[in-house]
Amino acid sequence: MTQIATRPTENYYASNRLPSYAVGILLAVAFVLSWGAFSFLRPEGAEEGVNLPLVGVVTALVFGLLQYLTSLLVEGSRRAIDRTVTLMVVLAFVLAMIPLLSLLYTVVSLGAERFDYDFFNYSMRNVVGEGGGAAHAMAGTFIMTALATLISVPVGLLTSIYLVEYGSDNRLSRSITFFVDVMTGIPSIVAGLFAYSLFSLILGPGTRVGIAGAAALSVLMIPIVVRSSEEMLRLVPNELREASYALGVPKWLTIVKVVLPTALAGITTGVMLAIARVMGETAPLLIAAGFSNNFNFNPFSDRMQSLPNFVYYSYIAQGSVPEAYLDRAWAGALTLILIVMALNLGARLITNIFAPKYGR
Amino acid sequence: MSKRIEIKDLNVYYGNFLAVEGVSMVMEPRTVTAFIGPSGCGKSTLIRTLNRMHEVIPGARVDGEVLVDGNDLYGAGVDPVKVRREVGMVFQRPNPFPTMSIRENVLAGVKLNNTRMSKSDADDLVEKSLKGANLWKEVKDRLDKPGSGISGGQQQRLCIARAIAVQPEVILMDEPCSALDPISTLAIEDLIEELKEKYTIVIVTHNMQQASRVSDKTAFFNIAGTGMPGKLIEYNDTATIFSNPSVQATEDYVSGKFG
Repeated sequence: MTQIATRPTENYYASNRLPSYAVGILLAVAFVLSWGAFSFLRPEGAEEGVNLPLVGVVTALVFGLLQYLTSLLVEGSRRAIDRTVTLMVVLAFVLAMIPLLSLLYTVVSLGAERFDYDFFNYSMRNVVGEGGGAAHAMAGTFIMTALATLISVPVGLLTSIYLVEYGSDNRLSRSITFFVDVMTGIPSIVAGLFAYSLFSLILGPGTRVGIAGAAALSVLMIPIVVRSSEEMLRLVPNELREASYALGVPKWLTIVKVVLPTALAGITTGVMLAIARVMGETAPLLIAAGFSNNFNFNPFSDRMQSLPNFVYYSYIAQGSVPEAYLDRAWAGALTLILIVMALNLGARLITNIFAPKYGR
Repeated sequence: MSKRIEIKDLNVYYGNFLAVEGVSMVMEPRTVTAFIGPSGCGKSTLIRTLNRMHEVIPGARVDGEVLVDGNDLYGAGVDPVKVRREVGMVFQRPNPFPTMSIRENVLAGVKLNNTRMSKSDADDLVEKSLKGANLWKEVKDRLDKPGSGISGGQQQRLCIARAIAVQPEVILMDEPCSALDPISTLAIEDLIEELKEKYTIVIVTHNMQQASRVSDKTAFFNIAGTGMPGKLIEYNDTATIFSNPSVQATEDYVSGKFG
């Protein structure tokens, strides 16, 4: 009798697997190999040390190759390919994160210098060197963004209500959708030029006021609000509308009391994101609202400063003490990023608060 | 309370597609009428024409007459909102408003119409409607919890409570039990038996046992083939339909030979 070749305890569905520590070992080997190669190849007496980013790239490549080969030998080709593709996905993610982290690091480290009490409490009036702050720019940004929101939310929301509830894909609603899409693609400076020329026609040439900046921002904001609210309104199940109609509720009350509350969380999030998006606009405000070193709380007269323009001017027109101007520019950039981040977090929070609850 | 429905020579269209052809029938007050028939034969379409919910779908239209106590629902100048206040509807899937509590859901028909109501009147209405829907005992301690947080069967009864809170004359039910378990189904069937005392009820169902259990009269619908209009094949007392139908197709359907 011949011995049966396979062991009886072996599981038909099981196959060899690389232990989890093998990945660590391979990574270490790859790193040592590439580090060693670079150190070895380094010309004698070279001034710079080993180029670390380059070592990182080569390590990743060597590791990929080593892992593929080991896995091919131990686990078979399907798992080897699986591991390689997983590695590629992870590398793509890392690659995408590098610029983001680098930017955050730079802005935080350079912006922290002037991120102080004065920065939030003083304008740039009569400041030529050190000191001063961006309080006037923050005030301007808040006033103009608030006005832009005030203009674009009603217009955008009502447009999307028309599109979803009344348009029923007729010619008007299709053309509105088309032009909203076109508006999304308008270069922001064109929006600024539009607002500038509009207010020049009304108030005389050369007018630069806060409300013009707000108008420019709302040109950019309306299409975003329309698009996001439209999506949210379409998500409201038709069953709820029908349930409301069946109770003898007229259409407009159904929209106001059933559709809008159900979509409220999504609409608010969309609006917040739109605000965050236009808050960082520079070019349209540069043209329509101008530039100022002083506090101006009246959007209907005189120029109004905004944070992005504060950053831009601090960089472009460095005064007698360039250091101070650059520090202020970085602090301004940091403030802007923090405000936008706070708005995004606020949007998340609002989504959680207003979302329909399904708990018992 | 409770009104007589008379359908005269009704054709129902979706755009140019004729979905239901030449239906004529009469539903007496305080009776339960069941619509049975294979899928796609126009039962749901027809029931939706009885409170003008049909036209909510773009392109949908109707010709013929639907008379509720002699008033034509499709006559000139008829306000669909007024019709729907008298003819309530319960849908296939329970659809309580997710943003509202159980109490607010019951009061939805009143509150959504901006009608002012004192708190004690509202409390009475909530209790009366929930009792009418056999749900009061189960939810009386959590009226302020979200309406979507109760079980499917309870949600469906909540939708019935919501429908009867506006004090309609007629209640239409479009497969009210198809998403429910047997126990919840039984609860709703018992409820239909009670509601029959006050309202004219029309129910669409795929469950023939249910039709035979709850209805006084049964209407059998059928289609000749896909793309053809649905037709009313036979309309008679439920007992007759299930024991001694006059049309062969009805007999085949109720005895399970097809469908």
